[in-house]
Amino acid sequence: MNGISNPMNGTDEESNGIPALLLSEEDNVVTLLSPAERGDEVRILSGGGTLAAADSIPLYHKMALRFISRGETVLKYGVAIGRARQDIPAGAWVHLHNLESFLDEKSSFLDLHTGVDTGRRYE
Amino acid sequence: MTSWTGYLRSDGSKGIRDWILVVHTVECARFVAEKIASGEENVCCIGYDPCNDNEYAIRLLLALSRHPNAGGALFVGLGCEYTQPRRLAEVTEASGRPADWFFIQDTGGTLTAVAEGKRRLAALKERVEKNRKPVSMGWQDLSVGCECGGSDATSGLAGNPLAGRFFDRLVDRGGTAVFEEMAELVGLLPELLRRAETPEAAEEIRAAYDNMVRYCTSVRQYSISPGNFAGGLSTIEEKSCGAYAKSGSRPIRGVIRVSERPSGKGLWLMDSLPDPYFMQFGYSNPHDTEGLMDLLSAGCQVLFFVTGRGSPVGAPLAPVVKITGNSGTFLKMEEDMDFDAGPILSGETGFDEAALELESLVERICRGDRSKSEILGHREYAIGCKFQDTGRPRRC
Repeated sequence: MNGISNPMNGTDEESNGIPALLLSEEDNVVTLLSPAERGDEVRILSGGGTLAAADSIPLYHKMALRFISRGETVLKYGVAIGRARQDIPAGAWVHLHNLESFLDEKSSFLDLHTGVDTGRRYE
Repeated sequence: MTSWTGYLRSDGSKGIRDWILVVHTVECARFVAEKIASGEENVCCIGYDPCNDNEYAIRLLLALSRHPNAGGALFVGLGCEYTQPRRLAEVTEASGRPADWFFIQDTGGTLTAVAEGKRRLAALKERVEKNRKPVSMGWQDLSVGCECGGSDATSGLAGNPLAGRFFDRLVDRGGTAVFEEMAELVGLLPELLRRAETPEAAEEIRAAYDNMVRYCTSVRQYSISPGNFAGGLSTIEEKSCGAYAKSGSRPIRGVIRVSERPSGKGLWLMDSLPDPYFMQFGYSNPHDTEGLMDLLSAGCQVLFFVTGRGSPVGAPLAPVVKITGNSGTFLKMEEDMDFDAGPILSGETGFDEAALELESLVERICRGDRSKSEILGHREYAIGCKFQDTGRPRRC
């Protein structure tokens, strides 16, 4: 997302690391409030604790808080937002490549970075 | 207790504004209607474009001419359309609001019709002023509608949850709150049912939900787009969570359809999806203005529009309060945006403090301060060519 600055990142002595929101206690993913590079330390704001990012993760995208096995439900806001398409290690980027909707079959055929439908023919 | 002066209507509802509407009953009368309303204070123009016979549009026009913020209406027809300005004026008049009408074809050409409209409008204004009944009103008399559009990730994290926090406070004080966008509740049936106040409400929610899922499945299109995916939302269920946050946490009393007023205080869900008979791809709400019209049709005196990416739109009749969770958007579009919820994400403020601040802004707007869209003169309107059954027997 362009335009949003996050003063929490790097301005507070005690708050090093990439800030991330845990929206509900039972969630197995967190939402990053700044982009992370692979290996960056991610700091969970509400739940406390830190975790190293296993991938580069864009701003406002999700990171696995713990190991999520294939077929397991992914929870955000305490709500089932989809199912893991494969085993997801702790710290990994959780998005279109490893998470699918329970309803919308289209979400499995989208470009990971742009979200554009790669199956659509233009002719 | 917080109170301010509003306008009493004969049905007991109270308005925070006293608009006079100039309504065109077909596209062909739009130019004349707009000319009549042009340059007039507290007068705005709305209308229905198609010449066809549409019960949904008639209900919506009457919901707007009898809106709590409406004091009177002038209906302008061409003369050959199905929608009858005389009938609309009669029903509006019967609601205790001065109303008038005329056909352009009976009157003369553009210039003559505009002059006739201006003359009738001046007379109507006098009647509306004489008819004005100032009344004390407070949160318990207020109905606020909320929709989101031009969303980014901040909408689900800050903008919508903040609107939800406001809704909780409004409902707790006896006010009314309406949220919509059934298409962005897909995936959340258990959560919605858990919040249904009564078994009847649960049944209404389930029916509206099933209808929406059937629609999405049949057109293979859920309400999520490439920009949403790129912004970090991976599934419709996840996007729905963010949109759902604007409903707050209070029990859902029931489902209302377009042009239906809630039958009591509290939190209500609006279902604006057309009935299956008329449902084809593209018939769900085509843009944010139509969503705002839906909320207006439920009698909401104040409208919230949560937009992470920013939007300039406003509405006739009611102030639109535009809230963004993205401080960058707020800075870039400050002339349009009313409230910056971005400081919640940066940790500079909390939801409770921000909700208090938003509440004080709404209170000032109820007391007569104008929202940004009102100041700029935004009065976008749209009445779609749709159909929704009222559930009542229909006359042939």
